[in-house]
Amino acid sequence: MQGRVVIDEGFCKGCGICVGVCPQSILKLDMDTITPKGYHPATCIDEDACTGCATCALMCPDVAITVYREVRA
Amino acid sequence: MAEMECVFERPKSLLPVVTNYCPGCTHGIVERLVAECIDEFDREGETVGVVPVGCSVMAYDFFGCDMIEAAHGRAPAVATAVKRVFPDYLVFAYQGDGDLASIGMAETIHAATRGENITVIFINNAIYGMTGGQMAPTSLPHQVTQTSPYGRNPAYAGYPIRVCELLSSLDGVAYLERVTVDSPKNVRKAKKAIKRGFQNQVDKVGYSLIEVVSTCPTNWGMTPEESFAWMRENMLPYYPLGVYKDVQADGFANVAEAAAARAAACPMVSGYAEEA
Amino acid sequence: MSEKVLMKGNEALAEAAMLAGCRFFFGYPITPQTELAAYMSKHMPKREGVYLQAESEVAAINMVYGAAACGKRTMTSSSSPGISLKTEGISYLAGADLPAVIINVQRGGPGLGSIQPSQSDYWQATRAMGHGDFFLPVYAPSTVQEMADLAYAAFDVADTYRTPVVILADGMLGQMMEPVVMPAERALDDLPAKSWATDGTHGKRPHNVVNSLFLDADALNAKNRERFERYAQIERNEVRVEEYLVDDADIVVVAFGAAARIARSAINDARAKGIKVGLIRPITLWPYPKEAIAACNAQAFLVVEMNMGQMVEDVQLAVNGAAPVEFFGRAGGVIPRPDEVLAQIEALNERLGD
Repeated sequence: MQGRVVIDEGFCKGCGICVGVCPQSILKLDMDTITPKGYHPATCIDEDACTGCATCALMCPDVAITVYREVRA
Repeated sequence: MAEMECVFERPKSLLPVVTNYCPGCTHGIVERLVAECIDEFDREGETVGVVPVGCSVMAYDFFGCDMIEAAHGRAPAVATAVKRVFPDYLVFAYQGDGDLASIGMAETIHAATRGENITVIFINNAIYGMTGGQMAPTSLPHQVTQTSPYGRNPAYAGYPIRVCELLSSLDGVAYLERVTVDSPKNVRKAKKAIKRGFQNQVDKVGYSLIEVVSTCPTNWGMTPEESFAWMRENMLPYYPLGVYKDVQADGFANVAEAAAARAAACPMVSGYAEEA
Repeated sequence: MSEKVLMKGNEALAEAAMLAGCRFFFGYPITPQTELAAYMSKHMPKREGVYLQAESEVAAINMVYGAAACGKRTMTSSSSPGISLKTEGISYLAGADLPAVIINVQRGGPGLGSIQPSQSDYWQATRAMGHGDFFLPVYAPSTVQEMADLAYAAFDVADTYRTPVVILADGMLGQMMEPVVMPAERALDDLPAKSWATDGTHGKRPHNVVNSLFLDADALNAKNRERFERYAQIERNEVRVEEYLVDDADIVVVAFGAAARIARSAINDARAKGIKVGLIRPITLWPYPKEAIAACNAQAFLVVEMNMGQMVEDVQLAVNGAAPVEFFGRAGGVIPRPDEVLAQIEALNERLGD
């Protein structure tokens, strides 16, 4: 696992922009979950594939995504 | 397991507040970029933001610096006074197209021509969002809105205003750039432009305005991705991206030097320069 | 500056404002207040203050809003048509609880009206300086000395109650020259703390927000009620009125500003003819000196104004039916003459004798 995203469901409005821009295509809207604000939040479906590139966070209009990346020695 | 470091998080100057913006609205991206710039200058405590009337009317709750909510269109006048009170602070006005280019056009032009050392962030999404999707001064010809239901007919509704082009003739203007935030690459470019706007304040270069061609998925009646596509197809040809004025790139330290050079043939200007 | 100097009223307003600590003036040219802005443009740079000629009255009042938000003493001035343009911003100042001083050197109206002296913005000043539920203190000087004294005091009232304050002068007072003793330079170290000001958090406090938007109706209701409690305090503490020969007066003339000067001459002439007449001169038009008027034992009141009778209803409310209230006025920039007012007093006195 090179990277990890943490999506804050309190902020995510399920707009799907991150889903469209993720180079690894590992984000999708979780249609089984409804946030307190009434949205289907984005979620990572393959955490092992995340590179921590932060493209999703860069495009997120609600600053809902925090990104971690492996520290290289 | 390998050690992980945080590479992207909410900027400190952007308060952890859920915004009133619709899903996919680009206001959130641009405001984050502004907050990142304030953080990078490490000047949150000496920054005052002025927000407009429109969708971003509540932005005073989003930024951690001191904030002023201005009357519709008057943010440049308010920001002018703030900058006159605190010449060494970072002062920004954040305005939409109706606020900046319609009701507040006089304030916009005069703050620009005075060369106020402020940074104006201009969100152009070709529509009045907050009031429900009416025709804006930047709505495109033939664009359908709530108040141009048959499409904006230039024969009686006139033509859109290209703000960067309009302001580029004014001597007080240091920097004008039109950007968008539809892709990671363009978000990075927008960030660079906004940061340049703030840097110009630090260097006392003159008035800076960054126009962000934006979307309004709700009132355009599209998904966020469709909105980006519509914007690229229709807005960018009308509002081309790029730098419209940069007095430093033209070889001047600030707007005063650039203005003096431009009017060198005028004895009122050249005579004054010799005296000084 | 404690010796007497000869000054124009408009210049006295400007000088006193600067002595009160005003260092941020935003204006736009209009007759008959132009000397004020010109004086500011000459003297603000010498005091390291800011004089800025805005692109419009609308921009000027919003610059006042910005400087006031930053916690500075700030002012704008105009004349009637320009004040109408400023009322949007004045409503925002009131709604955001910002202290500021607005000077109206009135001319005749409505519309473009005339450039002659008038008092026809009484209703606007006391009732309608913008949309929404609010009042603001309104001072009506009647001498150049009072132009200075009231402009000086207005900044303290504005800061104390966090409200815009209006000086309602007129073209006659603005243009006339009289000897005036200027107040001392105001030390600014004892001003009320402005913990609400947007003067930078410096990383030491949560951000301040200057704002008049309350999307929650209950919150706005509560805010307006709190503001009206402040207005009640202003009504208790800040009423100013001059009484002249009212103790034994059968007839009390009520007049403010320049009209009060004319009325006073007429009253002196009437007294010389044995008519018991006095003068109530409201110095604050809001809060209105209701009690001083109600306390008069007069048989009749005569309101004298340079308008069509805008103050009459306030006098009637104060008198509350105890005596008839008559009116004499000239409008459009015509200044009533003392002999015309005297004739009104004499005629009223004759009717009382019948």
